[in-house]
Amino acid sequence: MGNKQTTFTEEQLEAYQDCTYFTRKEILRLHGRFRELAPHLVPLDYTNNPDIRVPLSLIVTMPELKENPFRERIVETFSEDGQGNLSFNDFVDMFSALCEASPRELKTIYAFKIYDFNRDSFICKEDLEKTLNRLTKGELTAEEVALVCDKAIEEADLDGDSKLSFADFENMISKAPDFLSNFHIRI
Amino acid sequence: MSDGVPRGLQVKRARGLSRTVRYQNRRRLLMMAEGSKADSRADRGGMAGNFDLNQPLVGAGLESPADEEGVHVSFSQLIAEQCQDGEDLDGFELQQLDEESRDYVTELGSGFEYSGRGLNDMEMDSDGRQTDPLVSVPWSSATMKILSSMPSRTIGRSRGAILSQYYNKTLQLRRRSQSRPSIRDFSRSSRPSIRGYGMEVDVTDGPESEIKKRERLVNNLQNLSVGDRMKMLRGMPLSVAEKKNLRRLTLQKDKSPTSSSKIPCCSQLKYYIIIAVRHSWYSWLSFLHSLQLWQFLLKRVGGRFGTGVLSYFLFLKTLLFFNIFLFLVTFLFLVLPQAMHPPELPEGGRDFTGLELISGAGLFTDTLMYYGYYSNFTLQRSCAGEHNRSASSDPDCLSKRFSYNMSLAYFFTIGMSFFITCIILVYSMSKSFGRSFRIDKSYSILAMKVFSSWDFKVIKQTSVELMSENNCTQLKELLAEVVQKKEKNSPCQALWRLMVHGLAWAICIGATAGCVISVYFFSEYMHKDLQRTSRQANANPLLKEASLLALPALVSLLNLLLPGLFNLAAWMEEYHSPSVRTYVALGRNLMLKVSVLAVLCYHWLGRVAAKPNDINLVCWETFVGQELYRFLIMDFIFTLLNALFGELLWRLFSQRVLRRGRKPAFDIARNVLDLIYAQTLAWIGVLFSPLLPAVQIFKLLLLFYVKVSSVMMNCQAPRRPYRVSQMTTIFITLLCFPSFLGASVCVTYTMWSIPPSTSCGPFRNLGTMFQAGKRWVQELEKNNPDLSVVARVHAYLVENPFFLFVGAGIFLIVIYFYSQVVDGQRKVIALLQEHIEKEGVDKKYLITQLQSVHERKKRIPRRLRSQDSGC
Repeated sequence: MGNKQTTFTEEQLEAYQDCTYFTRKEILRLHGRFRELAPHLVPLDYTNNPDIRVPLSLIVTMPELKENPFRERIVETFSEDGQGNLSFNDFVDMFSALCEASPRELKTIYAFKIYDFNRDSFICKEDLEKTLNRLTKGELTAEEVALVCDKAIEEADLDGDSKLSFADFENMISKAPDFLSNFHIRI
Repeated sequence: MSDGVPRGLQVKRARGLSRTVRYQNRRRLLMMAEGSKADSRADRGGMAGNFDLNQPLVGAGLESPADEEGVHVSFSQLIAEQCQDGEDLDGFELQQLDEESRDYVTELGSGFEYSGRGLNDMEMDSDGRQTDPLVSVPWSSATMKILSSMPSRTIGRSRGAILSQYYNKTLQLRRRSQSRPSIRDFSRSSRPSIRGYGMEVDVTDGPESEIKKRERLVNNLQNLSVGDRMKMLRGMPLSVAEKKNLRRLTLQKDKSPTSSSKIPCCSQLKYYIIIAVRHSWYSWLSFLHSLQLWQFLLKRVGGRFGTGVLSYFLFLKTLLFFNIFLFLVTFLFLVLPQAMHPPELPEGGRDFTGLELISGAGLFTDTLMYYGYYSNFTLQRSCAGEHNRSASSDPDCLSKRFSYNMSLAYFFTIGMSFFITCIILVYSMSKSFGRSFRIDKSYSILAMKVFSSWDFKVIKQTSVELMSENNCTQLKELLAEVVQKKEKNSPCQALWRLMVHGLAWAICIGATAGCVISVYFFSEYMHKDLQRTSRQANANPLLKEASLLALPALVSLLNLLLPGLFNLAAWMEEYHSPSVRTYVALGRNLMLKVSVLAVLCYHWLGRVAAKPNDINLVCWETFVGQELYRFLIMDFIFTLLNALFGELLWRLFSQRVLRRGRKPAFDIARNVLDLIYAQTLAWIGVLFSPLLPAVQIFKLLLLFYVKVSSVMMNCQAPRRPYRVSQMTTIFITLLCFPSFLGASVCVTYTMWSIPPSTSCGPFRNLGTMFQAGKRWVQELEKNNPDLSVVARVHAYLVENPFFLFVGAGIFLIVIYFYSQVVDGQRKVIALLQEHIEKEGVDKKYLITQLQSVHERKKRIPRRLRSQDSGC
C-alpha cells in the first residue's frame, strides 16, 4: 500500500459511496476501467478532481456497451454537456443508475431520457420509431413500425396527447415486471 | 409532425375516451360556462375588476373529487392574473368581454373536439412555433409559460424542477418520520394529480430561485437521518458532481455548529465515534461485496445468454445459501459438540473400498454423517472423563453450566433450522411476488414490449443479433394479435385441438403413473431382496451395497428420460402461447417429481421405518440417511452425464448430422425443477444425516461450474421469450410449496409419530423424537418447581393440537385480509386511472380557455380601434 499512488482521497471515496450505489472497491475498479479507455487522457491521480472528459467514440468501445443498440443515447444522456463526452463523475453516474441496486424510480427517469431521442421531454412517434429500429435492427417494414408506434402510444398514453410524457412512461413501466432486471448493466 | 389535420383526426379516434366521459365533460363545460355568465352578470353591477371563475368551477366540480378544486382554483387564478396584468384592463373592456362570453358558450359547447385538437397542435411545438394553419393566432407567451411549467413537462427535466421535487420528498419524509401519516395525507400524496408534485414548480426558473431551492433542499437533507439522506442522495436523478456538491453543503452545515461553538468533549467524541462506525460500516459493506460469488462468471453468462439463463444460476446460488445456512446450524450445534465427545465404537474395522462415496454405506455408516452416531447423553465438559454417563446420576457433575443435552439439541436444531428456512423462504417469496406481479392489470403490452424488452446486460454479438431477431418476431406476433383480434376456430378445429391436448395429457399422466408404479414395485422388490440377503450370513457386503444403488439409479434415470417425453408431447400439441407452453411443461415435470418423491417417502417411512427388523437393521434412521445420500449423489451423477452426453452429444449430433446451424437451447424450467428436486431430498435428509447439507453444497458448487461450462459450450439463448421475474417467482413458490412443505411434513411426521431406533441415535429410549422436549420440560419442572409455568406452557402450546389449529386459522385470516387489501387497491387504481383520464381532459379544457381569453384580449383593442375610427 505504501508505494502505491493514491487515486482518491478517503473523503472522495466516501462522497462517491454516499452518492452512488458503489462500494469503494467498485469505484476504484470503475476508475481503472475509465482509465483503460483513454490511458493518455485520464490520470491515475484523481485527488484534485481534474476536469477530464473522454469522448463518446472511446466510451462506446467498452464491451458492456459495444453491442448495445442504445449505446450512443446512454452515453449522451449521462454526459454533462449532452454531447457524449463523459467525465469520471458522469461515468460513475451512468453505471450507478444502471446497476442492480438502483431503484425503479431512478431507472425509469434515465430510461425515459434514453428513449427520448430528440430531447423534447416527450417520447413521440419519432422517438418510438428510432427505438423500434434499434430494437429490431430495422427488420420491421415501415408500415409495421408505424402500426406498432400508433398502438404503443395509444396503449400507454393516458392524457390523450398522442405522445408519452414522463408520467405516461412511468405508469407504463411500473407495470412491466422485467424492466428492472433488463435495464441493468453488470460492470 | 407538422400536419395538423390528420393528427387531430387520429387523436379523435385514438383518444380512447369513453362516450360517457366525453358527455360528462361536455355537460361540465356547459355548466361552467353558464356559471361564468351568471357570475359576470352579478359582477357587472359592482365591477370588481376580477374575472373570477372560482365559484362555477366549484359548482361544476361536484362529480370530481375535492382535490381537483385546488387545481382548478389555481388555474383560474392564473387566468385571472393574465387578464389583469397583461394590458390595461378597464371596466369597459370587461363589459365587452362579458357580452362576448355568450357566443363563447356556444362555441365551447359545440366544439370540444376542436379545442382538443387545437391543444394537440399546440403541444406538438412546445417551443412556441405555431405551425397549424387553422389557428392563426399563435399561443400567447403566458399560455406557453404555464404549459412549460406543467408537471408532466418539468419532471426530471430541469435541475431546478428536480431540486424542488426532492425538496418536497424530503419534506414528506420528515413529516412521516415525525408522525405516522394520516389517511388523508396518504391519499393526497398518492394522488396522481398536479398537487402531488406540488405547486412549487416555479414558473420562472431563474438562477436565484434555483439557489434558493438548493438551500431549502440542503436544509431538509440535513434534518434527515444519515441513512435516509444517503438513500435520497443516491436516488436523485442528478449528476454525481451535483450530488457531491449537495452532500458537501449538507455536511458543512452539519459540521459548522460543532466547529464554531465551544463543544463539549463528549459530543466531539460522539462525532468521532460516528465517523469510526461509518468507516467500519463501509469496509464491512465492501467486504460483504467481495464475498459475492461468481461475479465474473455470472456476468459472462448474463452477457451471453441474457436474463433467462442467468436466473437459473442465480437460483442455484440461492439454494447454495440455503444449504450453507443449514450446514452452519447443524455443524455448530450438532456435529461440533458430538465430534468433541466421540462415543466408543465397536471395533468393526471396515476398509475403505471406494464404493462408500456413492453408496454412503460401509465406512461412512458410523460417522458423524448419520443419525446413528449421535449419542443421547448429556455431554459435559466439566467432567469430560465420564461424559458417557448421564449427568443426573453423577453427583460430581451437577454443575449444569456446561451440560449439553444432545437429544434436545438435535430436536431443537432441526426444528429451528426448518423454522428459519421457512421464514426466509416466505419472505423471499413475498418479495418476489411484489416485484413481479403488479396489482393492476396491464393493458399496454406493446408499449411495454418496446421499452422494457431489451436486455442491457447482453454483450455478445451473436446473442444481440438473436435478441433483436426475437424482438422482431415477438413484435410481429403481438401486432398480429392486436390487429386482427382473435380469430374463431371452427368447431371441428377446436375438437381436434381438444383431442390432441387430451392425448398429450393422457400420455404424460400415463407415463407418470407408469413411473410411479414401477418405482413402487421395484422398491418393494429391492426391499424383499434386502430381507433375503440380510438373512444370509455369508453374503458379499460389497454386492449388497451395490444392489442398494439400483433404486436411486432407476429414479434418476426416469427423472432424466421422462422430461424428454413431455417435451415431445408438448411439441405435438403446438401451443401458440409460449407462457402456456412453459407452464404446462412445468406442471408435468412437477407432477412426476412430486409423485415419485411421495412413493419414496412411503418406502422409507412406511416400509423401512415401520419394520426395521425385517432387513436386520440396527438403526433405520442411518439407513434412510444413506438412501438419501445415495439419491443425491445419483442425481448428481446423472446430471453430469446429461451435461456431458446429453447436451454435448446432442449439440454435436445436431450440428454435424442434422446440419443445423444453431445449438440446442437451454431448458431453464426443467433444470430448475431438477434443482428443486435435489433440494427436497436434502431437506428431508437433514434429520437423518446432519451433514447432508455439506454434500449438497459440494454438489451445487460442482454443478455450477459444470453447468456454466456446458452452457457456454453447448447451448444458445432460448428462442422462446421468457418472463424472468414471473418465472423466478414461480420457482421460489415451488421451492416453498411442494418442496419445502413436503419435506417439513415428512420430517414432522417422523418426529411426531415414528418410534426411533432403540439402540442408536440421540432419541433412543424415547417413544418418539418429539418426547425429547417433553422429557426435558418435565425434568426442568422436577429440578426447580418455580419453572412449572414453562412446563404448563409447553403442555398447552406444543402438545395441544388446538393451538396449531388456532395458529393456522390466524394465518389464513391474515392471508384473507391481505387478498382483500390487494383487491381494494386494484379498485382504487382503476378509479385513479379514470381520474387521470378526466384530469387530462380538464387540463385541455382549461388551457383552451386560457388561450381564448388571451385571444379575446387581442381582439378587444382591435375592435376598440375600429369603433374609434367609426366615430
